[in-house]
Amino acid sequence: MIEVYDLQKHFASGFIKKRYKPAVQSVSFAIEKGETLGLVGESGCGKTTVGRLLLRLIEPTAGKIVFDGQDITGLKHAEMRKLRPRMQMIFQDPESSLNPRMKIGESIAEPFRLGLRGRCSKSEIRNHVQELVDIVGLNQEHVNRYPYQLSGGQNQRVVLARILAINPEFIVADEPTAALDVSVQAQILRLIMDLKRDFGLTMLFISHDLEVVRHMSDRIAMMDKGRIVEIKSSKDN
Amino acid sequence: MALLDIIKLRTQFPSQDGMVKAVDTVDLLVAEGERLGLIGETGCGKTVLGMSIVRLLQPTTSIEGKINYKGRDILKLKEEDMRRLRGKEIAMILQNPTTSLNPVLKVGDQIAEAIRLHQGLGKREANARAIEMLQSVHLPDAAANANQYPHELSGGMRERVMIAMGLACNPEFIIADEPTKGLDIKTKMQIVELLREATLHKAMLMITHDLGVAGSICDKIAVMYAGELLEEASSQEILNDPAHPYTQGFINSLPSRGLLPIPGTSPSLICPPSGCRFHPRCRMATKTCEMKHPEMVQIEKGHLVRCHQFN
Ligand SMILES: Nc1ncnc2c1ncn2[C@@H]1O[C@H](COP(=O)(O)OP(=O)(O)O)[C@@H](O)[C@H]1O
Ligand SMILES: Nc1ncnc2c1ncn2[C@@H]1O[C@H](COP(=O)(O)OP(=O)(O)O)[C@@H](O)[C@H]1O
Ligand SMILES: [Mg+2]
Ligand SMILES: [Mg+2]
Repeated sequence: MIEVYDLQKHFASGFIKKRYKPAVQSVSFAIEKGETLGLVGESGCGKTTVGRLLLRLIEPTAGKIVFDGQDITGLKHAEMRKLRPRMQMIFQDPESSLNPRMKIGESIAEPFRLGLRGRCSKSEIRNHVQELVDIVGLNQEHVNRYPYQLSGGQNQRVVLARILAINPEFIVADEPTAALDVSVQAQILRLIMDLKRDFGLTMLFISHDLEVVRHMSDRIAMMDKGRIVEIKSSKDN
Repeated sequence: MALLDIIKLRTQFPSQDGMVKAVDTVDLLVAEGERLGLIGETGCGKTVLGMSIVRLLQPTTSIEGKINYKGRDILKLKEEDMRRLRGKEIAMILQNPTTSLNPVLKVGDQIAEAIRLHQGLGKREANARAIEMLQSVHLPDAAANANQYPHELSGGMRERVMIAMGLACNPEFIIADEPTKGLDIKTKMQIVELLREATLHKAMLMITHDLGVAGSICDKIAVMYAGELLEEASSQEILNDPAHPYTQGFINSLPSRGLLPIPGTSPSLICPPSGCRFHPRCRMATKTCEMKHPEMVQIEKGHLVRCHQFN
């Protein structure tokens, strides 16, 4: 589903004398359709940068990214935009991917309204939203609330519902439960596992917590100082 | 001997929808030299309990009960005596260093100011002592770090500054509120080690939602749910042989213990569930649990549980 060859990213730092700091160095891996690859490592080792590179949210310094057989490394803005709905990212703080002025129901309805799922009538959209709200374990009473009126765990459910509305094939989940309590974390991770299975999603799951990654992934890539030092099956120890 | 003896503490906030019962009839003992962990989900009342002890809540808050510290009821102290106690004997290391540190003051100056206020030292002595404190929390280059602003430090370094500030006046009792929140595993273990070292001969109340952290440093753990304590025992017993279904659920939701969630969500603190507050989420709930509020009972020496199965 996704292949990465020799990916590199250097960030410039300093205003006058530009120095380039390598955040990601020579990273290569592939994720099969329906597979979850876990990406673990200490904070600052480059995990988020890899995730953003995969979705072309930032430009690589060097390397190649192939999505579903298509080299997307050099794709132009407009071409990339057509691909966007097929690849989505979940962030640590759900509030950053929700519009604070939009009610929960409107946020989930937006992908349908924008026509990402073909033409839908108003009542069809309402039904879809209702169904998604149920799937992610929210109540109908949440639909008319704003993100600030919900807890972090509930907002992460909203993000998941919205992503299901977009119906992507590939998801990068970047520490999606790092800001949540363990009990809520367990609920959200179980939900992600179920959704992945039911919707046949392919996923890159990023976390600094090896235990969490073990539960979530088929294979685990260990990252250290910008490099992937080992890829192994999550069943091995 | 009990250093801190909290008796039937209730802390409530008025709100549009009614009183928020953040701490509801809590009894808690901390012995001299003891480290007690207070764990529970976000919003269950841990911070409010800590803030009630140091009396740092807004004036509209209603606080009832007794908080005896060395035999004196803190809640009866005059504000002036309270300020003295806060500086010299009880220190609270506040949650979230990003918002608790003053962003426009160098960290060394912030610590020196606290020292001057509470210990009456001169400016130069206070500055020197501030640098000593930063050294004691193992900042890489204390003299240089003292000259930096909070935003120039990493999360782990900011937490060390918070701890240095808390320890600056050599308190006897330390309340640390979520000192490892948001830190990666390596930094977290370093902070735990630092706190262990700093509280070697002191008493501590460590507030955390991280059971691993509480287990690795505390002698005892108290489990809080919806404003109440549900279980209290030695750390080993809480981790290896928890009695309350909530504590069991909490432990089983850890990734290392199976990642099995407790169904449902934390209840409202304005009108909490009838009977046992945990009953709507409890796999063992009976009619009694819905009707009757359980009392805390001792099931073994030093092991207290609030659950009808033990009555
Ligand atoms: N936009 C950016 N500009 C400059 N440096 C960055 C930027 N994003 C990340 N970095 C740096 O790249 C390194 C890797 O960061 P990141 O990918 O966020 O790590 P992780 O997600 O593993 O914690 C860090 O040293 C970070 O400071
Ligand atoms: N100043 C306040 N006014 C009203 N409600 C408050 C105030 N401070 C805390 N609360 C409420 O009290 C409850 C307990 O909060 P807190 O002690 O901060 O929880 P914890 O530290 O366990 O996460 C929460 O429901 C919170 O919303
Ligand atoms: Mg990251
Ligand atoms: Mg708190």
